[in-house]
Amino acid sequence: MIQYDLVVVGGGPAGMAAALKAEECGVKKIVILERAETLGGILEQCIHTGFGLQYFKEELSGPEYAGRFIELVEKSTVEVKTDTMVLDISEDKVVTAVNKADGLLQIKATAVVLAMGCRERPRGALPALVGTRPAGVMTAGTAQKYVNIDGYMPGKKIVILGSGDIGLIMARRMTLEGAEVKMVCEIMPYSGGLTRNIVQCLNDFDIPLYLSTTVVATHGKERLEGVTIAKVDEKMNPIPGTDQYVECDTLMLSVGLIPENELTTGAGIPLDPVTRGATVNEKRETAHSGIFACGNVLQVHDLVDFVTLEAQIAGEGAAEYILRGGFGAAQYIDTTKGFGVRYIVPQKINFNSKKPIDLYFRVGAVYPNAKVVLEVDGNIISSKKKIKLAPGKMECVTIPADVLSGMNADSSVTVRVEV
Amino acid sequence: MTYDVAVIGAGVTGAMTARYLSAYRLKTIMIEKLNDVAMGTTKANSAIVHAGFDAKPGTLKAKLNVKGTAMMPQTCRDLNVPYKNNGSLVVAFSDEEMKTVRELYDRGIANSVQNLTIIGQEELRKIEPNISPEAVGALRAASAGIVCPYELTIASTENAIANGVELIRNAGVESIEDLGEEFVLHTAAGEVHAKYIVNAAGCFADQIARMLGDDSFELVMRAGEYYVLDRCEGGTVHHTIFETPTKMGKGILVTPTVDGNLLIGPTAATVTDRDDLATTEEGLAKVRAHTSKNVPRVTVRNAITSFSGLRAHPTSDDFIIDISKANPRLVNAAGIESPGLSSAPAIAEYTAWKLFEAMGGEPEKNPDFTPLRKAPVRFRHMSAEERAELVKKDPAYGRIICRCETVTEGEIRDAIRAPGGARDVDGVKRRTRAGMGRCQGGFCGSKVVEILARELGKELNEITKFGDGSVILYEKTK
Repeated sequence: MIQYDLVVVGGGPAGMAAALKAEECGVKKIVILERAETLGGILEQCIHTGFGLQYFKEELSGPEYAGRFIELVEKSTVEVKTDTMVLDISEDKVVTAVNKADGLLQIKATAVVLAMGCRERPRGALPALVGTRPAGVMTAGTAQKYVNIDGYMPGKKIVILGSGDIGLIMARRMTLEGAEVKMVCEIMPYSGGLTRNIVQCLNDFDIPLYLSTTVVATHGKERLEGVTIAKVDEKMNPIPGTDQYVECDTLMLSVGLIPENELTTGAGIPLDPVTRGATVNEKRETAHSGIFACGNVLQVHDLVDFVTLEAQIAGEGAAEYILRGGFGAAQYIDTTKGFGVRYIVPQKINFNSKKPIDLYFRVGAVYPNAKVVLEVDGNIISSKKKIKLAPGKMECVTIPADVLSGMNADSSVTVRVEV
Repeated sequence: MTYDVAVIGAGVTGAMTARYLSAYRLKTIMIEKLNDVAMGTTKANSAIVHAGFDAKPGTLKAKLNVKGTAMMPQTCRDLNVPYKNNGSLVVAFSDEEMKTVRELYDRGIANSVQNLTIIGQEELRKIEPNISPEAVGALRAASAGIVCPYELTIASTENAIANGVELIRNAGVESIEDLGEEFVLHTAAGEVHAKYIVNAAGCFADQIARMLGDDSFELVMRAGEYYVLDRCEGGTVHHTIFETPTKMGKGILVTPTVDGNLLIGPTAATVTDRDDLATTEEGLAKVRAHTSKNVPRVTVRNAITSFSGLRAHPTSDDFIIDISKANPRLVNAAGIESPGLSSAPAIAEYTAWKLFEAMGGEPEKNPDFTPLRKAPVRFRHMSAEERAELVKKDPAYGRIICRCETVTEGEIRDAIRAPGGARDVDGVKRRTRAGMGRCQGGFCGSKVVEILARELGKELNEITKFGDGSVILYEKTK
């Protein structure tokens, strides 16, 4: 069995940033295991710009953003195995992987960073979508790979279901490639995507966005010939009599992302039912000591910049675990979701931490002119006005170091929305 | 060249019959309308092996069900197809339904079904704790099982081809001429000459029979809708759970599959379009409602797909397997609705012997026949040692293509190169399970398209989902 200090599962933006940070903190023997042929993860097919505004303060394309980290990894001591699939992570941190060159690999790791990313919800995850099952129904990400990597048109007349960012980006992409994007339908009364994407990808191209509207049926026996769309009520049930047939050869689905946590659950690590990622502490350590998680496998992010920041926290935590053998006198309390907050990452925090702790969260609905309130032991620590809070955008509040030092095992930390 | 036998239709009936015939010195050809075998009723049904208490005593259905179910374990071992003897339960919710359960028991005894017992509420709760607490008792049939119908058909086809049978696809039969000594079958893929015809054309068997003047039977199409649930729901029940049958039909079942998923369905709606595989709002709603009554814990939140399958219901209500009265060299194997899959090994044998009767006796045996089909590589079922050994021998097994189901490039390549191998994305899916998991091909779909294109020497945009016009990609981008 081979021995590594740190095994990073996944070589996308999260995995690369975690590995680089761990190296910077002094970890010697690090390997990234990546299932694709190259590092970079999903960024490699995201050829549009808009990446890096926060982290690099400039606007980069996906491959450019990934490229900066790939370059750093190449210059570092971090080893990389691409085309390598991790099959299993055991509770004693033996990582089993397979590739063509090495065959079956068994690696004993001192610490593991999980950075497997997420996948798209497929058609089957929409149990109420009925009709035929022809070719031409695909997720927006799959379509993106066909057009951006393989160089083929996956469709000509397109309806997009779901106004998440990938759906919006693909609406623009397909239009630029000469396809007719007929509409984007969104079952919610608001879009799940970033405002800038609605403006730049739909409004600028006169592509209509129909809110509170879903696709209820697909038609066509071989290739898709059309879909039936319908308005939905507040319980998201189709309203009878609002059916409308739309001719199209392609239905692209952008109906949500699911963290890829099969390896995580295989290792016996519990997940947060809302994020569907592991529950972690402020160092992004899971319930299993020495196994960390970051990026979209932990929570689906809106911006890759935040993935990078989160991965650096995990990389630093893993380094501390490896170099100091654990976290000493840590004492944890759970973070509490108050009104309007769907989830908080980290789910628990060590109040003996000497450094301020950022709490990332998402709200459950659109709240215009609302406040984000952080309460510790019933005292309001901060209250920040926001022009608009929306589920599509990740928010953050910070617990200052001095507040942490005044806390004890019975303390409570609550984030809530005030309208 | 003139074949001895043309088997029309490569579903489970046609494929298993062709395999049976391959044990004899006969030149046999399977003629399939679509791009792959197992594309009709075979690919979309309940995937269960019934014990045999449903059919009326004395019918062909009753006889062949009990026999086929008994033959199934050995058949699956020979063909290296997963089969599980999980047993079944017909669950009653009232004293009235318990009466029906007792009738089914009596009918089972009349049909010579072994190992039937009637169990009470307590026993039922003990063996299936997730069944509704409202259930009062059940008929337990220990001989029932589950099998994958398309895998059985694919394996039978491979084995038949290995024993000398030929397969042509995309060869829908348009008309048949009888020259007296032989038939000329005009198909979409050209002419086929054969002395005898086995009509195993599933939902289209009546149309084939009519081409030779046989209008002795009629088929009515019944659509059944289902959900397939993620493996995380697969252990909710261990037995195949039936509702107590009513005048309206056998009801909606809940069953594990041999691949570890949970299958719920089917509905039973009469349809006129024989290609209509659309699911409907009413149909799927009915599946959901019945399931939550019977096994309340099951939720379609974990559905990975839904589908509809057509079965050819004979108006006579029994299998039609006989030499045609209209043509002595035509053997019909038609109206194979439930329990057609359970009966399949017995149907193959029965149909073959009807053919031999038409031929005037049993032909000479094929001395090279083997009933055994080599097991395909299944990386996901291997131990670490076996995996290490395998990848060392052939690195193609070291590249995982489908993450959800852990399917390697080597397995996909093998599925395409196998006799009667995969020609499209769905064909790869049925043979290897690539794309069958929870992401439904989101990640591996495009890689499967690449491997198909490479293996078949085609461009990416020539690869289809399931043949014909089911193209996945259009022209290259500018």
